[in-house]
Amino acid sequence: MASNAKFNFKKSITDALADKQLRANFKFATDALRGKRLAVLSDPEETLHLRKVGNAIKRKGLTQLPQLLEKLEAKCQENGIIVHWAETTAEANEIVLGIMEKHSGHKVVKGKSMVSEEMHLNKFLEDKGKLPLETDLGEYIIQLNHEPPSHIIVPAVHKNRKQIAQIFADNIPGVSYTEDTTELLAIARGKLREHYRTADIGLSGVNFAIAESGTLCLVENEGNGRMCTTVPPVHVALMGLEKVVEKLEDVPPLYRLLCGSATGQRITTYFNMIKGPRKAGEKDGPKEVHLVILDNGRSKILADTQLRQTLQCIRCGTCLNHCPVYTRIGGHAYGSTYPGPIGEILMPQVEGLDKKGMLPTASSLCNACEEVCPVMIPIPNLIRRLRDESYDMDDDGIVKGHGYKKNRLETMVWKGWKLTQVNATCNKLMLLGVQIFGNMLPKVGPLKAWTSVRTAPKFARQSLKDLAKKEGIRNE
Amino acid sequence: MGNNPANVKTVYYFGTCLVDMAYPKAGMAGIKLLQREGVEVIFPREQGCCGQPAYNSGFRQEAKDVAWKQVQIFSGNDYPIVVPSGSCAGMMKFHYLEMFKDDPEYYEVKKFCDRVHELTSFLNTVLKAQYTDKGSPVKLTWHSSCHARREMGCTEDSKALLRQLKNVELVEIEREHECCGFGGTFSIKQPEISAAMVHDKVEDIKSTGTKKFLTGDCGCMMNITGHMGKEKVAIEGQHIAEFILERING
Ligand code: SF4
Repeated sequence: MASNAKFNFKKSITDALADKQLRANFKFATDALRGKRLAVLSDPEETLHLRKVGNAIKRKGLTQLPQLLEKLEAKCQENGIIVHWAETTAEANEIVLGIMEKHSGHKVVKGKSMVSEEMHLNKFLEDKGKLPLETDLGEYIIQLNHEPPSHIIVPAVHKNRKQIAQIFADNIPGVSYTEDTTELLAIARGKLREHYRTADIGLSGVNFAIAESGTLCLVENEGNGRMCTTVPPVHVALMGLEKVVEKLEDVPPLYRLLCGSATGQRITTYFNMIKGPRKAGEKDGPKEVHLVILDNGRSKILADTQLRQTLQCIRCGTCLNHCPVYTRIGGHAYGSTYPGPIGEILMPQVEGLDKKGMLPTASSLCNACEEVCPVMIPIPNLIRRLRDESYDMDDDGIVKGHGYKKNRLETMVWKGWKLTQVNATCNKLMLLGVQIFGNMLPKVGPLKAWTSVRTAPKFARQSLKDLAKKEGIRNE
Repeated sequence: MGNNPANVKTVYYFGTCLVDMAYPKAGMAGIKLLQREGVEVIFPREQGCCGQPAYNSGFRQEAKDVAWKQVQIFSGNDYPIVVPSGSCAGMMKFHYLEMFKDDPEYYEVKKFCDRVHELTSFLNTVLKAQYTDKGSPVKLTWHSSCHARREMGCTEDSKALLRQLKNVELVEIEREHECCGFGGTFSIKQPEISAAMVHDKVEDIKSTGTKKFLTGDCGCMMNITGHMGKEKVAIEGQHIAEFILERING
């Protein structure tokens, strides 16, 4: 799963589909999440209206992104937040390390942050002899088990209660096996409290960064985010550059959409608004606050008006829960920080089609993701765009690794197909061929794939065109 | 016989390539249902595929050429264009616009798109077809294609037509919203995921306890009945137009 391990999508799909427990866990969890979403976003008309508002806010934000980011930087600095820019994940990692070294820090407590996953920050810090500790319960579980998240909101969604009980018993010294959720929670909490007190650095993500006031908003349910951002002497916030919004009024609709779509809540247990370090005379809060703004390919995505829509994403994860592919193969099979529909469109743009171009093949284009996306990202059309760029037949691709799939055979097949659909004589010949030979085609290539679980298609002896002619249906 | 309140006199019929090759009876049934409402049907025999297979597979220019050809073939008159498939109708109504959005042909394409209707929607909402069931009591279930549901929004029209048939009991399938795993070339590019999806769909159909399922899309039908055949599941699949025609003819 590490980013540098060679990624074999086909094999991970086969393995995932063969794992009955995994499929059952995903089905159970995503069914529950879908139900919860629907309970809160129950009025289709109101939901559509809200989604349109969310879409407009994010779209507008993206059109003025550079200005908003500059404003955010200035306002944050006014508030005493130290702002860093990172073009690559490597740069971002070095920035975090630099802050730690400056404070001779060893232990970092982490709230949930997908950007830190994108950076593979834990591995980087461990290699440097540091101790990164996840504090979000789901992240805590999978860190114990040395796994990456399998979902962007519910990182341990692939594990059921029994498996979690086992992970605790196997990995926490002195803990005996228990399936009692209250006990499991108490164990985790007991361990984590100690770490908050002794950590040198607290790390968090950012859900919304308000440009007009330099405020960082953090959405969470466990209170671990608040602990990470207030107890340790130094707080480092990580954000992708698309997280900036113009003003405070932009936040409530997006927040409502995020909570409703992600966990089916009207409001989360905690909503943190961070506006700088502890001020003179204040009794708590970190002494230093840093904001690291990561690009990692985002500004390139921004440059194309269609692809740009990818950056509207508020990381709610609901497209994962609604995807018939994700719910069957699970998150790890995608071999990427972001799995599911959003991963299919984001990862190839960030890492290149040559590396992640197979992800967009894992979609039947059923539109389930687009139907629920709170900011109305046309995910299926973006998947089509990436498929186009994979072949790059018009030589106008712009995504890294475009044209990686170009091959003569497939091109010939589609050109031949086209001919049978635009030329009446060719069409007639094709239909005739299908009528005579269609039912005795050798089961190789595509037909082999088709017939592995299905009978071969049965072609008719007379086409609809023949029948219509015979029945005297007007031709024109 | 319905009342054809809008007094539609003539329509074009876009049969779809799959119906042309593999399900001509379903295609003919659609034509007859339209004729029965007093509408003259023109079926231009030069028509081809809507272009969706190439459009979804990364071959946009080929798809566009095929799409443009269809636009031209149906440009003789501004009659409505009726399609016995939610998926092909969705392609022609929405994705043609997307493909031509930066081209000078856009407005001509848009005029075409505005005329596209899915068959059951057209029968139910425009022609207001009325059916009297002459068949014996039967229980069956319904599978909606994803694009019928999420693009054309015609699922309720299909069901409304079925509900007019008083001896037909419609048992709704669990996870009706979920894709059957066809997805055109998806089924051969990702055969294992597609197989898992169609397997689950067949299980859900089986648990309705019915012996027949209907659909308005032959792609889904070929996929689902193909898997049923392989697994020796004795459930029949049929296109809704063919079924309705049988029921009202007794
Ligand atoms: S793409 Fe849309 S649905 Fe998916 S995670 Fe992003 S905001 Fe949520």
